[in-house]
Amino acid sequence: MPLPAGPTRYLRSPMAWAATAMLASLVVLALAGPLVWGAAADRPDPSVVLQGPSGAHPFGTDNLGRDLLARVLAATRPSLLLALAATAIGAGAGVLLGASTAVVGPRARRLLAALINLLLAFPALLVALFLAVVFGAGAGGAVLAIAVAGVPGFARLAQTLAAAVAGTDHLASARVLGLRRHRLLWRHVLPNIAEPLLLSVTTAAGTSLVALSGLSFLGLGVQPPGYDWGRLLNQGLDRIYAQPLPALAPGLAILYAAVTFQLLGEVLAGGVARRGPASRPPRPPVVSSGPAEEGLVLQVEDLGVELPTPEGVIRPVRGVSLSLRPGEIVGLVGESGSGKSLTALAIAGLLPERARVSHRTLRLLGADLAAMTPRQRDHHLATGLAMVFQNPASALNPSLRISTQLTEAARVHLGMRHAEALREASEALRRVALPPSLLRARPHQLSGGQRQRVMIASGLMVRPDLIIADEPTTALDVTVQRQITELLSGLRRDTSAAVLFISHDIALVSGFCERVLVMYAGAIVEALPADRLATAARHPYTRALVASVPDLTADRDRPLPTVAGAPPDPLAPAPGCPFEPRCPHRRERCAREAPPLEDLDAVQRVACWYPLPVTTDDPAADRMEAGPS
Amino acid sequence: MSVARLLRHPWTVFLGRRTARLVLSLGVVLTASFAMIRLVPGDPVRAALGVDASPALVAARRHQLGLDAPFPSQYRHYLDGLVHGDLGTSLVTGTPVAELVRTRLPATLEIAGLAFLLTLAVALPCGLLAAVRTRDGRHPRSELVFTTVTAGLAGVPDFVLAAGLTALLAVGLQLLPVAGTGGAGAFVLPVLALSVAPTAVLVRIVRVEALKVLAEDYMRTARAKRLPPARRYLRHAAPNTATAALTVAGGLLPAMIAGTVLVEKVFAWPGIGSAMAQSVVSQDYPVVQAMVLILGTTVLLASLLVDLLLAVLDPRSTIRES
Repeated sequence: MPLPAGPTRYLRSPMAWAATAMLASLVVLALAGPLVWGAAADRPDPSVVLQGPSGAHPFGTDNLGRDLLARVLAATRPSLLLALAATAIGAGAGVLLGASTAVVGPRARRLLAALINLLLAFPALLVALFLAVVFGAGAGGAVLAIAVAGVPGFARLAQTLAAAVAGTDHLASARVLGLRRHRLLWRHVLPNIAEPLLLSVTTAAGTSLVALSGLSFLGLGVQPPGYDWGRLLNQGLDRIYAQPLPALAPGLAILYAAVTFQLLGEVLAGGVARRGPASRPPRPPVVSSGPAEEGLVLQVEDLGVELPTPEGVIRPVRGVSLSLRPGEIVGLVGESGSGKSLTALAIAGLLPERARVSHRTLRLLGADLAAMTPRQRDHHLATGLAMVFQNPASALNPSLRISTQLTEAARVHLGMRHAEALREASEALRRVALPPSLLRARPHQLSGGQRQRVMIASGLMVRPDLIIADEPTTALDVTVQRQITELLSGLRRDTSAAVLFISHDIALVSGFCERVLVMYAGAIVEALPADRLATAARHPYTRALVASVPDLTADRDRPLPTVAGAPPDPLAPAPGCPFEPRCPHRRERCAREAPPLEDLDAVQRVACWYPLPVTTDDPAADRMEAGPS
Repeated sequence: MSVARLLRHPWTVFLGRRTARLVLSLGVVLTASFAMIRLVPGDPVRAALGVDASPALVAARRHQLGLDAPFPSQYRHYLDGLVHGDLGTSLVTGTPVAELVRTRLPATLEIAGLAFLLTLAVALPCGLLAAVRTRDGRHPRSELVFTTVTAGLAGVPDFVLAAGLTALLAVGLQLLPVAGTGGAGAFVLPVLALSVAPTAVLVRIVRVEALKVLAEDYMRTARAKRLPPARRYLRHAAPNTATAALTVAGGLLPAMIAGTVLVEKVFAWPGIGSAMAQSVVSQDYPVVQAMVLILGTTVLLASLLVDLLLAVLDPRSTIRES
């Protein structure tokens, strides 16, 4: 449960102001009401019996000629006091009952929980009604009835909250110290659950007030000559057809008080005192892409992503350029937070709206995505690009059949008829080595590997030219990983679709990709053919990644080599090379200037001022050539 | 399927547990309604017949109600009567209470059921719509308006709203019948009065559930497929929101049934609730007793119905529960 809003946020919310003002007005009326209007409320005047609203009596008069406005105002005190009394008794007893479940033994706890559950099966109003009849008509009986009716609700809440406290080390150590039960309860359980309970008490006060008014309205609560709002509404109801205002006035008072407590609870819960929206970076102007290069499936130049966070705007992707040719399979590697997934989402146009994407060129199949209308772009991306996500368990909709999830894109974007789409779906399943009978299944009936195959089959349905697979094997176990990468390689051969394979696992990527792009802190730091990874990686970061790959010959007595240090803080970018603080080969220039990504030869590019020399006898070489683990 | 496997089947376990709970709660209702007439302060028979009634008449009535026998045999007699459809006799009118229940229960079930359906029909689409509009922190002003309005409406007491609606729509504008069950129009106000606050409560819960659903990975998959918004929200988000929201909505139905007591009084609706309200005032305890029994049982059966419905719609949670 959220904690109450801090004072400054509280003051900024108009609802907080309104609720506080309404509560203050109720308190003032409860204190002053009987003193100021008490006499007028009880003074009968036989000359003005049952009158409608007039100048002298704005709400009219009752059957004895008493002023109704004065009576409604004077009734504030009893109405509020009775409600508060009922809430206090009910909350006190309920909280004690519920919180004690945290300190008693397991058998007593189960028994108490069962009792609370049993009582909760009945609506509080019905229980209160029943008890009010048993206790007899009168204010005292009604208060007690509502208090008892509220006990199970408070007990359940306190039980839930206390269970969280009971699990803490804090209480365990208190128990070890041999503190007595009631001490545990008062010292350790109750103080820790006070805040959310206070919130419930506020809302319950409103509910109690309504319930008490309801009992009085039925004739069970406050008895004449005493009166509260419910009793006044009861007395006025018969007049509602002739004189609505005199009949309704006490109802309006109940409504006012009920809404006050409701809003107050809302404000305390912090539901309205939200912080202002995070500042958005300005939308970059739409510029059409640079010239198209022949024969590229994907052409991305200078891609950037800006994300507003509460602490400030960060730039998790900076100046990324990449391109894929038909049938090519390219790995995009980096540790988590390096921006590789955001790059993929930016290309596919799937980033949340608050993110700002900028680019010099963004072309899919030669067509400029920036120059299209949203509708054209949707169609072009839907038919040209398929995405496969990391976690197949959550990426499939749990409530839809596989057949629906496979066919819908083809039906929407390719205009396929239902029967035709189903035939295509069976074919797509066959290509990922799944039986067509799975079409009738729902995702929870499938294994993890099957689900990922379904995701891939779903992508194949639109016959895409590019498949972006974002960590597609990370959530799967190792044997299934291998099957999925083999499946992707096979599909690429059969369909000549290009594959952009995103992974944190450089060994996996080197095993089946042709080219590898290494990302660090939002930028590509090295691009090279996969067969050069073992010996000819020139960037110190790539080299460190390769060296950190374990294999069967690794000495188990020595700790696994990892890349030492942590990536830079995205909120405080430094001017130099982002890898400089972790780089074992850093020199003075590295901290001053960031190196651009520059061509080393026709197939390799590196962003480093001092590229490492090519090695021939690196021990990692044999391991990498042995293939992925 | 073997018997042993059948016994371990999630559905068997679920139904077994649920039935045990029902039987236990029914026992509570039966005992409470039996005990009530014996617990009320003073002599209920004397109270109902008035101070002028002769001691002989009071004694005769006491005997007729079985109040002079020992408790265990009274209880057995009470249960025996219930089994044979005997709910006792009204002290005021002398008519069998079973007759009263037979004529009045349908009217109460009608407005409570309609109010429940109206609540679902309004809260589900509105909550989903609100979630779509305010997802990802969009339209903070809409969110503020939504939160304020629903918080306010959730606090509106049903019987006060009933009185207000009567004054405004029926008396003031003379649009709808003010009382009784004459025609379809008569249903509008009682159903409205019963459903406004629960709708406000539910619509907030639906929005929160829908916001969770919209942030799910499978919604990103749907966006990656470039499905039109209508299909994404109605086909992909709505079913997953509905099952979560129904669990909460089920808890609102019992409260609505209890709410009929006050609302029926305002509209003079000829149901169980108004019969209860009348008999409470006239201290006609056999009727109050029977009404407590009937309302309590109705509440229990209604929540059983909701639970079964949920189990059919969302078997995964049934399996999880067991």
